[in-house]
Amino acid sequence: MIYEGKQKIWSDYQKEIPDDHWFYVRSCIRQSFFPASEHHFLKITREVLGKDIYETPHHTTCGGIAYHSDTIPQETAMTIVARQFALMTEAGYKNLVTSCISSFGNYTEILETWREFPELETRIREYLWKSCRREFEKPAYVAHASDLMYKFRNEIAEKAQRRLVDHSTGEPLRVVEHIGCHYSKMFPHKGVGGAEYPCVLSGMVDAWGGQVIDYPERRHCCGFGFRQYLVKANRGYSVSNTHKKFESMEPYHPDLIITNCPGCPYFLDRWQYVIAEQTGKTYGRDGFGIPALTYEELAGLVLGYDPWDLGLQIHQVAIEPLLDKMGVEYDPQAKYLGLNKKEILRPGLPQNLKCF
Amino acid sequence: MGKGVSFSGFFYICSLYVYVSFPKMGKLYDELSQDYRLKEGLKTCINCGTCTAICPAAEFYKYDPRKIVDTVQRQDDEEIEALLKSDTIWYCGECMSCMTRCPRKNGAGLVIMALRNLAAKKGYFTCSEKGRQLYPLTKALNGNVLNLGYCVHPSTFAYADHPESGPVFEWVLAHKEDVYARLGANYQGDGAGALRRIPQEDLDELKAIYDVTGGTERLETVERFSKAKAEEMGMTMEEYLAYTFSHCSPGHFNDED
Repeated sequence: MIYEGKQKIWSDYQKEIPDDHWFYVRSCIRQSFFPASEHHFLKITREVLGKDIYETPHHTTCGGIAYHSDTIPQETAMTIVARQFALMTEAGYKNLVTSCISSFGNYTEILETWREFPELETRIREYLWKSCRREFEKPAYVAHASDLMYKFRNEIAEKAQRRLVDHSTGEPLRVVEHIGCHYSKMFPHKGVGGAEYPCVLSGMVDAWGGQVIDYPERRHCCGFGFRQYLVKANRGYSVSNTHKKFESMEPYHPDLIITNCPGCPYFLDRWQYVIAEQTGKTYGRDGFGIPALTYEELAGLVLGYDPWDLGLQIHQVAIEPLLDKMGVEYDPQAKYLGLNKKEILRPGLPQNLKCF
Repeated sequence: MGKGVSFSGFFYICSLYVYVSFPKMGKLYDELSQDYRLKEGLKTCINCGTCTAICPAAEFYKYDPRKIVDTVQRQDDEEIEALLKSDTIWYCGECMSCMTRCPRKNGAGLVIMALRNLAAKKGYFTCSEKGRQLYPLTKALNGNVLNLGYCVHPSTFAYADHPESGPVFEWVLAHKEDVYARLGANYQGDGAGALRRIPQEDLDELKAIYDVTGGTERLETVERFSKAKAEEMGMTMEEYLAYTFSHCSPGHFNDED
């Protein structure tokens, strides 16, 4: 096959993602803000795709947020990661899949640094032995969870109950894809499609019937910036960057945003709420926002899961206009019920951003 | 040499020229250059400014990564010390967009990380408002890591500190057990799963890692310098924590004087 232009460049950034047997590590942010997404990643890969994904109760944070907030030395972050590798080795796995984009970036950065400076790897091995009496083999492959969902996008499409289309017109939904910065901006060859033509999310959208829309600030950061959000005094940075993206995508009227980073769906959701409450500006139709979904939430909708099982009720931007457009059936009364339909109070409503 | 400059005079002038023209290369740069992030992030900067053009921080803050890398590249200890004591190095969001675009494969973000590490180690972080924020960050994030096994956790995420999380998350926090159970998590339970309780033996291993690798020493250093600064500012540590977490003076942003 002869590749031309962009297609050729893009072909340089393909990944041979292993088919099966993965050691899974969770994300600090995703398990706190999108726990149902992690739950459905395991459900889809194990039950729908029949894959072996192993999780040990003994794994922990990779320390990435503490590291990128500059609160711990590099050696501390590296040794925490080395411990995760040791747990993987002890469990008999060689492929590691991370739920978090910053973890993916962190593991990749560490392995690349060790490759360039082997004496540092030796020192970290000594630290790990001294502190935990553990040893490790480096993973044969490190993937982000969205890489697996991308790899199996066509299998998911084959089992789909719904497609990403307007059920009343048959037109494809207009989808903005937002890729977490640490997926491929540091090491482009580690991401599907690199940093310039990443297709890890657009590939899912294409396979599931949606239309990816391009816009000027497509690759701009969501604005997390670690300390720039975590410290209250700095949040102007965070919301300003998100605002820049929304102003840029607004003329293209997206129906939804798909993300693969822990922080991005949170910021792209919550800063819409803040912008609406502070300025009255909303980016969706009729006073609603634009829903920002994780790839598991979108895969779950395509596979026909209940939107409240997927956790779409804990977004601040209302999901109902999207569900209606897709023709998804849902019970509005069940939105805020607890386990086994337990009645718990309902959340308050924003003043400006329209919600249910 | 007649009326001209004597040899010793000529030598003196040359020495003066060398003294004035070349910066005082020294200990700070030497220390900085030991950091692997500097080795990775600063190879052959040509000062083109592409990093600044792509930088989300430069868009809003008075921040120019090109200038920072240039300063480090000059290896002048006085300039580096001034940088370590400034707000400037704390404006970066570490998104690493600069790495993608740099035509020489440098990483201004990595240089920033090395500078911040040195500022923390030397205690220079207390000299600037943005640097002093290292105290609340260090306390919150590492408290979570060492006590709960993760950097962020709903049990320590206070709505009052995060009103932007919205009424929906205020509701989640008020009904944590019910909501997380509904969404398939294993909140503070045994075994695997999201938000599980991390076994004490694993937390002990994290603590041992901090002890062996300099993490504990870093926490103590940040605490010690922050205490001294709080005393200088006439604040208790509680007041200092709240102030450094919340206070933003005018002048940090591009559209401010």
